[in-house]
Amino acid sequence: MSERMSDLHKLTGAYALDALDDLERARFEQHLAGCDDCRAEVAELRETAALLAGSVATPAPASLRDSVLAGISQVRPLPPEVPEQAPGSTHRGRRWMPFLVAAALALVLGVGAALTRPWVGDDAPRLTVAEQVLQAPDAQEVSVDLGEAGRATVVRSRSEDRAVIVTEDMVAAPDGKDYELWLQTPDEEMVPAGLMPDDPDQTVVLDGSAAEAIAVGITVEPDGGSEQPTSDPIALFDLTEGV
Amino acid sequence: MTDVDHVRPVPDGTPQGVPSAGDAARLADLLHRAGLGDEAAFAEFYDATSARAYGLALRVVRNPAHAEEVAQEAYLDAWRSSTRYDRSKGSAAGWLLTIVHRKAVDRVRSVEAATARDETWNRETAPTEHDQTAEEAHASLDAARVRSAVATLTDVQRRAVELTYFGGYTHTEVATLLDVPLGTAKTRIRDGLIRLRDLMGVAS
Repeated sequence: MSERMSDLHKLTGAYALDALDDLERARFEQHLAGCDDCRAEVAELRETAALLAGSVATPAPASLRDSVLAGISQVRPLPPEVPEQAPGSTHRGRRWMPFLVAAALALVLGVGAALTRPWVGDDAPRLTVAEQVLQAPDAQEVSVDLGEAGRATVVRSRSEDRAVIVTEDMVAAPDGKDYELWLQTPDEEMVPAGLMPDDPDQTVVLDGSAAEAIAVGITVEPDGGSEQPTSDPIALFDLTEGV
Repeated sequence: MTDVDHVRPVPDGTPQGVPSAGDAARLADLLHRAGLGDEAAFAEFYDATSARAYGLALRVVRNPAHAEEVAQEAYLDAWRSSTRYDRSKGSAAGWLLTIVHRKAVDRVRSVEAATARDETWNRETAPTEHDQTAEEAHASLDAARVRSAVATLTDVQRRAVELTYFGGYTHTEVATLLDVPLGTAKTRIRDGLIRLRDLMGVAS
């Protein structure tokens, strides 16, 4: 990673113009949190970009003003952020807490994750689900290398009717976004299979029946996930290969 | 695109027509008051920025109805997070337009809108009814200043900046569109913006 640092610095322009894809953006935001020079440059370049918008100024329809003013009368501004927060880990950690609690019920966390998360630890029978899948005699494994963004492996067992995803060194989802998991049915429908917590290394059991799935996908979705994928998958694990 | 009216470069980088400090301070004050729940202040903030916000959204998403939705979402976000705006980190207009741009780009990149972008190229359809604001009077002046700065960019720099900012393309897509190596697209975008920054006298 370090030999690519100088490359990362050059992404300030593309980042300021929202010209990075979701994974690059996530990676760059990680870098940005610790790089004062890049943060300062991004701020200036965003300011510059905003001046470009002046060249395409177009009178807004009156209906826009009406709907904006009607909208704000129904929403309270957020409370101020009390301590100064970098868009880094503390923010992220806090954001994920409610999800992790819900995850103990809705999404079955695997063995590796459970060891470091005592608050889901008493859910003993569920812990073995990931293990059972990983050790099943018919376990089928597909890995996808995400380059700088890490590596992920899906293991599916038809006999267990479950799929597990194991990530290594996976970059956190971009600010304001979540990774969502999908099971693709034989008729190519994408069925939501849960959100991924933001840890780089984890083992997550996908929601839903996996025996018939032809693929597992990961997409980047707005916070909280979507009913249907809103973008192309960043990784697609083809479960029909090598069976 | 923006270089049709070629205007001579701004002499030796002297900032001209940069929104005056008073203007910038006024917008920052309005946003601050909005954070305290002052809807009238936010309305004033809207009037001073809506042509740029809507124009940018329209330029990126192209469909007037979609542009209106994008701008509306952006303003609601701005209202909600007005308490999070920090004037030491940049101008209020720049802060707002960053939100607008992000939303517009998300819109064109989502699967649903990808088809819409291909099907509709009707941005020339002028809205029938609109607000006349003081902002418009400044717009042509700003536009001339921006055009003159943009005119000094190299062809690749200019196209790379325009395709990313107005086209909503990623730098990878821009590299393909311009048939240049990926590293080149990335560098041209940054070089181009840095040049514009220096010419237009943007300081942090």
